[in-house]
Amino acid sequence: MTSTVISPSLATVAYLAATILFILCLGGLSNQETSRRGNLYGMVGMAIAVLATIFGPRVTPAGYAYILAAMVVGAAIGLYAARIVQMTQMPELVALMHSLVGLAACLVGYANFIDPAVSSQLTPAENAIHEIEMYLGVLIGAVTFSGSLIAFGKLSAKISGKPVLIPARHLINLIGLLVVIYFGWRFVAVHDFASQMTAMVVMTVIALLFGVHMVMAIGGADMPVVVSMLNSYSGWAAAATGFMLNNDLLIVVGALVGSSGAILSYIMCTAMNRNFLSVIAGGFGTDSGASAAKGGGVQPAGEVIPISAPETAEMLKVAKDVIIVPGYGMAVAQAQHTVFEITKALRERGVTVRFGIHPVAGRMPGHMNVLLAEAKVPYDIVYEMDELNDDFPKVDVAMVIGANDIVNPAAQEDPTSPIAGMPVLEVWKAKHSVVMKRSMASGYAGVDNPLFYKDNNRMLFGDAKKMLDELLVRLKAA
Amino acid sequence: MPLRIGVPREIFPDEKRVATVPEVVEKLVKLGFHVAVETGAGDTANFADESYRAAGAEIVPTAGELWAESDIVFKVRPPTSEEVALMHEGGMLVDFIWPAQNPDLMQQLSAKKATVLAIDALPRQLSRAQKMDALTSMAGISGYRAVIEAANAFGRFFNGQVTAAGKISPAKVFIAGAGVAGLAAIGTAANLGAIVRANDTRAEVADQVVSLGGEFVKVDYEEEGSGGGGYAKVMSEGFQKAQREMYAKQAREVDIIITTALIPGKPAPKLITAEMVQSMKPGSVIVDMAAEQGGNCELTEPGKAVVKHGVTIIGYTDLASRLATQASTLYSNNLLRLTEELCKAKDGTVDVNMEDDAIRGLTVIKDGVITWPAPPPKLPPAAPPKPAAAAMPPKPKAHGEASGPMSLTKTFMLFGGGALIFLLIGFFAPTSFLGHFTVFVLGCFVGYMVVWNVKPALHTPLMSVTNAVSSIIAIGALVQLAPDLTQISTDLSRPNQWIRWLAVFAIGLATINMFGGFAVTQRMLQMFRK
Repeated sequence: MTSTVISPSLATVAYLAATILFILCLGGLSNQETSRRGNLYGMVGMAIAVLATIFGPRVTPAGYAYILAAMVVGAAIGLYAARIVQMTQMPELVALMHSLVGLAACLVGYANFIDPAVSSQLTPAENAIHEIEMYLGVLIGAVTFSGSLIAFGKLSAKISGKPVLIPARHLINLIGLLVVIYFGWRFVAVHDFASQMTAMVVMTVIALLFGVHMVMAIGGADMPVVVSMLNSYSGWAAAATGFMLNNDLLIVVGALVGSSGAILSYIMCTAMNRNFLSVIAGGFGTDSGASAAKGGGVQPAGEVIPISAPETAEMLKVAKDVIIVPGYGMAVAQAQHTVFEITKALRERGVTVRFGIHPVAGRMPGHMNVLLAEAKVPYDIVYEMDELNDDFPKVDVAMVIGANDIVNPAAQEDPTSPIAGMPVLEVWKAKHSVVMKRSMASGYAGVDNPLFYKDNNRMLFGDAKKMLDELLVRLKAA
Repeated sequence: MPLRIGVPREIFPDEKRVATVPEVVEKLVKLGFHVAVETGAGDTANFADESYRAAGAEIVPTAGELWAESDIVFKVRPPTSEEVALMHEGGMLVDFIWPAQNPDLMQQLSAKKATVLAIDALPRQLSRAQKMDALTSMAGISGYRAVIEAANAFGRFFNGQVTAAGKISPAKVFIAGAGVAGLAAIGTAANLGAIVRANDTRAEVADQVVSLGGEFVKVDYEEEGSGGGGYAKVMSEGFQKAQREMYAKQAREVDIIITTALIPGKPAPKLITAEMVQSMKPGSVIVDMAAEQGGNCELTEPGKAVVKHGVTIIGYTDLASRLATQASTLYSNNLLRLTEELCKAKDGTVDVNMEDDAIRGLTVIKDGVITWPAPPPKLPPAAPPKPAAAAMPPKPKAHGEASGPMSLTKTFMLFGGGALIFLLIGFFAPTSFLGHFTVFVLGCFVGYMVVWNVKPALHTPLMSVTNAVSSIIAIGALVQLAPDLTQISTDLSRPNQWIRWLAVFAIGLATINMFGGFAVTQRMLQMFRK
């Protein structure tokens, strides 16, 4: 009953085309002009891959109805979610979607496992490898699933963002890993269905718990690392599934996504000057960090000089060159639109306004850029940290909105500080800096910020949105 | 009980400043003090009695009354002995005193059982003290004024111009000493469009000179000239010779020289000799800001502007006073900050807390006892010079930038490990696996290469698009849903229903991602605009 439309070789060629399109898709993101075309390549690639599969030799028409139903439901949910999501909620959405990929990988793994047709024609060596692939695929999928769900909960504030650290957590993880390895060995060595199933289920439960535990132990500001790490995992899960199903397209795409996520995690870790392992081990500023923050750091001298919104407006009016440094606080206050209005008002006055984005500002890589883009800030005035850090001495006013650790001079000045060596935006080198902040509370890292005590720094206390609105009124008034 | 602050009129000849301006009076009143101002005290700085009254001050007709009735007196110039005589026993004085130069004055004040805070004795190295640093604010004004005086005496433009009638080259200004005054002068002259060069024995100020638009001229001799507390020290003979040569060369080239070189407790160093003045172009100008301490130029006459060898040499000692409104405002702000430190309770009383480093340094006489000079302040645990810079890891590479070569052993270990893994895989794995493995490794490399090129600004779209792309896992479910079972031996019991529903569910999940991911990416990317 070979009623398929597409021959096996045509399907293979279609997969190849899809692979190339996916690579072009990621390549297109290298700059804003080509990015939309890149996304289009991705869609076309996906369409080709899916259609080639459905009408290919491996799916019989008997399945069409099921496929159609599943895809219509999925597409409806997906499109709806994409339409209603707020840009500030992007991290949540991305985390949630990672969990879906993880769950799908698990399901595919299980389906593959209970399908005796798959392994019936394999040699013993091939079978062993196949079993390892299955085991790993489900393992990674399960970790991705539960980890992403927790990340979603934390990012959407359904779960407290504080790291939850249970005692002897490293030991528990280690025991879990050993159990997983033991059952992995059993899974490969034993060949009756019941014990293999037991091994599979035990492993899945441990993997799920491990995912929960791992992300629970990580605090809010380390989220960019976690989100990109889970991104990477979802790729590896796809790759493992590809191995399991002998599907090169899945393998390539999984590898692309996996390495992309890994690179992002690496970039995020560098931007925080932290070791990847220490982020994953969790609990920044909880064990060694806290004592260093209290005992080691030199108490900042000087005092905090507050400023009012009207005074800030005056300061901005006489400035020629302004850099705005947004942080997570801007996202929380939903202040990006007001920030853009202020930018517009200043630019009309002939003031040069630029934005300085720290790689870990916000809760996921590039979060601030998206928020600013949403508020219609032109992307050519939004700069990376490295691009404008040298310009600060020439800048009249550096305005920090809802950021703390990423502008902390202690990272450069105080080698004992827990954040020493972290690259930071050097706002204190500007002629004046204004920090917009709710209170004097220290940042996520629990480190006092000497910037607040600098002579050329002013503190604008209050809710960012309210303060910025007031600032805008003042700027427009005269 | 709230104390009374008195502000007398300055009686020193040609002194135009006043110790407190109306704006500050208002703030002092808010701190709980009564403020009295001698009539006409602010006239020369353009602050009328009326505005003082409006700010809440009481206007007192004579100096005698003012001194007698005030608990605290704010002044600019050190008091004369007549003024000290007017002071009431046990009073307090905040003022420039220069205790080293004025031992007699110190004795007189001590005899009055006075408490004296000498604003010039402030420990300037405390960052907390900077807001009270009147020396700095006055020096900044003097530096600005020095350039203005020079421009006034100079017969040409500062900035270069190309006019219809021909080209005008910019004036060349040389500034000796890049302290606060020197830096202010550099900034002012550079803003007027002149070519500015500057020199200082402290090499660390070079960056500041450059940041203000000047060019740092080095003396061709190795010696560190920082003498602590932000001042310079006396340099060795060899250095001085090299320095003289450099000055001689500059004198021949530049149009304007502004000298600001001072060494604490010593007469000003003679940097500009008579021969150098002679070698300057006619019409050139020298402003000697060290005139009060004897001058940096041999031909300077303190307090006067003279023309010698065709060069105007300005030796005014009252540069800050010549900008009286500005100087008074800044000075009184410094005093206000000091008062805030003294009156933390905001109840109009003062507490001269000798435990406080800044206050301790300022206080030269406490209740008649001379407490000058103060012990050096307890600085915050002295950080070794630039430890942070040394401890810093190398600057992170810009994204996509090629990283430096790894150390040889590291490279070797990496390749060794890789080779071992490949060897093991090649040894044990069946060929069918190796094909996929090849694809996988190449896929990782392509991903690595492509993703490093992605702009950090697009990292969020990158994540959402990779998310969408990873929904390719749907294919895994698709091939399980309804495979062609005819080629497989039928004796296997395949749980078709189970597999189908697992696959359907997986397809549904993956499709959410597929459509949602691409749609949200598109939405985001459309927002990015120039």
